[in-house]
Amino acid sequence: MVLQTLSTLGSLHGYGIARRIEQVSGDQILLNQGTIYASLVRLQQRGWISAEWGTSDNNRKAKYYSITRQGRKQLAADTAYWQRLTGVMARVLS
Amino acid sequence: MANLGEMLQKLGSLFRKQQLDGDLEAELASHLELAADENRRNGIPAEEARRRAMLRLGGVEQSKEEHRDARGLPSLDSILQDVRYAARTLWRDMGFAIFTILIIGLGVAASSTVFSVLNSILVRPLPFKDPNSLVWVANRTDDEGNMSGQTVQVDRLLALRERNKSFSDIAGYFAFYGVGDVKLTGQGEPERLSAVPISQNFFQLLGVQPVLGRQFTAEECKWNGPKAALLSHGLWERRFASDPQIVGKAIRLDDAPVTVVGVMPASFDFGAIFAPGAHIDYFYPFALSKETNQWGNTLALVGRLKPDARLPQAQAEADILGNQISAEHTNQNDIHPKLTFLREHVSGRLRPALWILASAVGVVMLIVCANLSNLMLARTAARQREMAIRAALGAGRKRLIRQLLTESLLLTGCGAVLGLALTFAATRGIAHLTAFNLPLLSSVHVDGGVLAFTVLIAMATGLMLGVAPALQVSGLRLSSSLGQRGASEGKDHAWLRGALVVSEIAFACVLLVGAGLLIRSLIRVLDVQLGFRPESVAALRIDPNSQYSTQAQKDGYMTEAMRRVRDIPGVEAAGLTDSLPLGRNRTWGAGAKGKTYSDGKYPSAFVRMITDGYVKAMGMSLKKGRDLTEYDTANSTPVILINETMARTLWPGQNPIGQTIDRECGKERQVVGVLGDVRHMALEKGAGSEMYLPMRQCPDYGSWDLAVRSTLPLPVLASKVESSLRPIAPDLPKGGMRPLTQLVDRAVSPRRFIVSLLAGFAAFALILASLGIYGLISYSVSRRTQEIGIRMALGASTFDVQSRIVLRTLGLAAAGMLVGVMISFGLARSVSGLLFGVTSGDPLTFLGAALVLMTIAVLAGYLPARRASKIDPMICLRAD
Repeated sequence: MVLQTLSTLGSLHGYGIARRIEQVSGDQILLNQGTIYASLVRLQQRGWISAEWGTSDNNRKAKYYSITRQGRKQLAADTAYWQRLTGVMARVLS
Repeated sequence: MANLGEMLQKLGSLFRKQQLDGDLEAELASHLELAADENRRNGIPAEEARRRAMLRLGGVEQSKEEHRDARGLPSLDSILQDVRYAARTLWRDMGFAIFTILIIGLGVAASSTVFSVLNSILVRPLPFKDPNSLVWVANRTDDEGNMSGQTVQVDRLLALRERNKSFSDIAGYFAFYGVGDVKLTGQGEPERLSAVPISQNFFQLLGVQPVLGRQFTAEECKWNGPKAALLSHGLWERRFASDPQIVGKAIRLDDAPVTVVGVMPASFDFGAIFAPGAHIDYFYPFALSKETNQWGNTLALVGRLKPDARLPQAQAEADILGNQISAEHTNQNDIHPKLTFLREHVSGRLRPALWILASAVGVVMLIVCANLSNLMLARTAARQREMAIRAALGAGRKRLIRQLLTESLLLTGCGAVLGLALTFAATRGIAHLTAFNLPLLSSVHVDGGVLAFTVLIAMATGLMLGVAPALQVSGLRLSSSLGQRGASEGKDHAWLRGALVVSEIAFACVLLVGAGLLIRSLIRVLDVQLGFRPESVAALRIDPNSQYSTQAQKDGYMTEAMRRVRDIPGVEAAGLTDSLPLGRNRTWGAGAKGKTYSDGKYPSAFVRMITDGYVKAMGMSLKKGRDLTEYDTANSTPVILINETMARTLWPGQNPIGQTIDRECGKERQVVGVLGDVRHMALEKGAGSEMYLPMRQCPDYGSWDLAVRSTLPLPVLASKVESSLRPIAPDLPKGGMRPLTQLVDRAVSPRRFIVSLLAGFAAFALILASLGIYGLISYSVSRRTQEIGIRMALGASTFDVQSRIVLRTLGLAAAGMLVGVMISFGLARSVSGLLFGVTSGDPLTFLGAALVLMTIAVLAGYLPARRASKIDPMICLRAD
């Protein structure tokens, strides 16, 4: 989800990513926003996203994350996998 | 799992903790601000906006912790944290830590050292090629220790070697070589060397190659063949400065040139395996010829089994062959081979003793564990509040237990390092113990096996130490621990601590009894009537050099040497012998004249060649008749001295003086005197029949040992004797004089070795057990300070308080002793093989052990009791 968000919106800070996920899911997913940082650091260590400090629209300093080339590849692979899985599940359940 | 890069990043994050934490802090702050901004934009007041932002985040600290777990290696991270924390706590409690590490170190060192001794003597293969197929071929072993009985005549070896089908080869060495038999002259100081004559195939059979030069040729192994020697590595290094050109050179041995044909490897130590405690300097060929055949039983045999041969079959074959061969030439000695694996022959008789040591050290280790567990328990009990607080702050139970285990492992780790250092020192010391004639002792060292053992035992100890406190923690109840005031002793784990102390006492009791039994045996052995008085007697080899060639000249040298030594002021008596007691021995047939003995019943006796003065110098007792004199020469009546056993055997109930013995040394001999029995073979064994022939009447001897009884101190005596002999023996080696007490010490050294180790363990165990009692009692006293205070305030007297505590101690000690005595009673039977003069149920030992333990227990309990009785009720009731 984080990768998809970053892939569509480009670079974004942690709060933004959390808000975005909440919004996109139609507030179906209400996460403890703090947990986002644990996932972020994990993705960063895997080399799928990169981070740098920047300034927000309203002049707040924040760390901006953006997806890397490797991350895009991973996203494509995961998306394909997920679609296959849901496709299969849909067929099985219907 | 994660790929390599990720692992590296995770590892790296361990070391960039501060930077990453700062980064995260800033990020979370900005998150909150961004969220608060958004909330404000939605028209929520500033304070509420911030609060909501925090709520949505779900706790700053939790987020941080989660982040840390994700970015690093949580398990490693917390282990490091545990170790750091443990180190800090232990640092604060330095006395406890040092004490614990010291005890563990000593325990580990003791067990590792014993293990390394066990490993080298019993486990590690002998340093030969394929040692498991090597077999010791003894002749009749009904009479152990008597070399003449164990050895084989040359022709018999040849016949056995030729006809058997089980052995690929059989080799032998001449068993009657003597320590210091050969004199090395030429370059440098003259020196006495020990050499072993070996059959040509001896080294080939063992699979040992010279590092320099070659083995003996067939030519050199013929009777009167070219003289050749293979040097031991030690002699080559010491005497010839490791000269690489030594091969082919001639050295002077016993005044004759001998060619050095090779040097044996340093790893080959003949003495360590075949003659414990002896240093062999070189080897020379022993001819298997008709001449050597006439010497009778001379060879000690080692055989190598064929790859498909089994020992029982080989034994069965050897039995048949033995009977066959013995029947062929009845004028030769019988051969009845008894086969044992060489390993068994070398160290088999030590096995029980070493296993006892091993079990003893195991028991010591158990006491160490029990003691330290108790200490740890007391410590955790004292730290219960700390634990409770940590649990309240969110430490998981697992984490707390892990913390305790880390602490105990850290302690044992330090202890193991200390123990290992001690082990290195101890094994080095043991390997250099030349005073103990134990086989393979010089090969004791720390190897991979010992290291693994040490690590293993340290780990086991660490876990055992950690488990008890960990159990205690897992039963922790927060509210009760936090609320506890410790007015009186809690009942929770008192039984566990009590049980530990009881088991410590029981174990210590077992060790005490074991050590006691062996110590009493040692004392008994030392008290044995030797038949001679070794105090203030010294002996020196004074073999004549080649300038005395005829028998008359040798006799002249003998008389002159004794005269010169007796003239030294302070010398009471001096005499010569060919074999001092507790050294080598040989037996000859010895029957009374005129009696007929049935086959195989012909009596035999140990033979000694002596001169006049020897009996007096040795302090032996003359029971009947007369001593030898200098007039018992080749031209006078052939005479003989016999011992009491021999007199009883040959002429029961008759006066042996004046009787005649059938042909000893070519002549019938008249018994002129009867001597008291002398322990010639071992202190533990009674004497057999012994006879003493005058050297002047029977020149069948290989060495000249001069025994001198004198009140002079040994160095003074040695230099006086040497200088008085110098004119007639110019190349007499220096410093060869040794006190006779040394012989006795050597003979008891294996027993002393075991006893001193065991006594050391027992003492250690006793100290630990007393510390255990002390620790338990003083801990319970300190926990019960208030209770005692109240009792005293209510009128209990000092005596009441003290006696209650001492009684409790005695109760513990009695329980421990009861268990201990029962265990020892069962186990004592297994040491009975090592006992001498005491039974395994020796009441004195058991009583003594009990008394020692009781005394120690009372002392250990009294100290805290005294402290308790000094408690001021007012002060302790106000405290807390």
